[in-house]
Amino acid sequence: MSIDWQAFWLTAQLAFVVSAVLLILGLPLAYWIAFSRWRWKFLVEAVVALPIVLPPTVLGFYVLVALGSRSLLGRWWIACTGHTLAFTFKGLVIGSILYSLPFAVQPFAASFAAIDRRLIAASATLGTSPWATFFRVIVPLSVPGLITGVVLTFAHTMGEFGVVLMVGGNIPGVTRTVSIDIYDRVQASDYAGAHETALLLLIFCFVVLAVVYGLNRRPRSLGPAT
Amino acid sequence: MAVSTAAGQEKVVNVAAAADLSAAFKEIGANFEKQNGIEVKLSFGASGALTQQIENGAPFDLFFSADMGYPQKLISEGHASSSTLYRYAVGKLVLWAPANSPLNFERDGINTILDPAVQKIAIANPEHAPYGRAAVAALKHSGLYEKVSPRLVMGENISQAAQFVESGNAQVGFVALAHAMAPEMMGKGKYWLVPADAYPALDQGVIVLSNATHGKEAAEFVEFIKSKEVAAILQRYGFTLPETK
Repeated sequence: MSIDWQAFWLTAQLAFVVSAVLLILGLPLAYWIAFSRWRWKFLVEAVVALPIVLPPTVLGFYVLVALGSRSLLGRWWIACTGHTLAFTFKGLVIGSILYSLPFAVQPFAASFAAIDRRLIAASATLGTSPWATFFRVIVPLSVPGLITGVVLTFAHTMGEFGVVLMVGGNIPGVTRTVSIDIYDRVQASDYAGAHETALLLLIFCFVVLAVVYGLNRRPRSLGPAT
Repeated sequence: MAVSTAAGQEKVVNVAAAADLSAAFKEIGANFEKQNGIEVKLSFGASGALTQQIENGAPFDLFFSADMGYPQKLISEGHASSSTLYRYAVGKLVLWAPANSPLNFERDGINTILDPAVQKIAIANPEHAPYGRAAVAALKHSGLYEKVSPRLVMGENISQAAQFVESGNAQVGFVALAHAMAPEMMGKGKYWLVPADAYPALDQGVIVLSNATHGKEAAEFVEFIKSKEVAAILQRYGFTLPETK
């Protein structure tokens, strides 16, 4: 066996961090998309959906240029911290957040939009603040959608390749993810190693998805916490 | 699969070429198209990556590698005949940095990479790119490999290594002289020629692939490569020629 466990652990960490960040960032964004009446809202929705249609290499290319010392943002970061974000774990997290954004926000927004508005109105008439309504009415009623969004983000990041290839620099233990490891093995004609690693990734992702969808199968009736 | 070479059909040749050829071969291909009326379809990549594609049936007629090892491997596997192997150029390895970089190659030579301003050093992936192997050999030759290996970042091929430096994310990189001399890179950077005794010569070989579907066009293109006109272009891009080595 010649599995690169370091790459596996690194990829799982990346997927975990990105899922957590997108859960936090995705909730307010999805809330706004679901409930805003701004006439230009569709433009924001289109931007959020862009990573689905853009080739990951395009996204990775822009991220690389943005992080580099030739962009304003990159120069600012380098001035503050002394180094570029490219070729770092943080850099991969940033690229992956952009890459997986729609996979979190769209399921979140869809489940928010599906909530019976009368429940929200009732909560408001009972004097509950919008903040409390969000956490005690909207979120509990959207649990399946939230789980779907987080799981899709996790799985999407586990299998991410193009963005990592463009901004990672293939550093063992820092930016060499499983997909890069598999690609390297195939390029070097190490098919046996590529098979082993790919099979393990397949099994891992299947188990994660099966567990989550299995748990999510029973209709939930999580009432507002009292 | 019907493969016809009937007259009147579009004449093409499918060329897999090492990434260090990306600038030179665009010019060479355009000249060949103009003179011979045969369209040249170029696919660039790391030599190891292209070899792997050819092993899996990629529909190329010619393979221009950045070394001799990959063509020889394909020959031993029956993907090409050894009689077609021809050494068309010798590549050169350089250290490259953006023009506004504080690094001083003239003063420090290879030790430039130890400069405190250097946080990341870009190389091509030595697993499948000959220039990556040459860079590692040069680092080991100078005794710096252990010291700088935590700062190495690997591009998938030599073009990507150059891009890491050009975008300002790595401060210096081992790239092909052909990149440093490409028109689109001119004025953007400065380079230092890594001494030839620091790494095994980057002899570059071409083979005609056995399952080539455009054998006649491929042979014509190889003849064109051997011409004085192409020799001049290759030299302009920093390659030396086997005869003038």
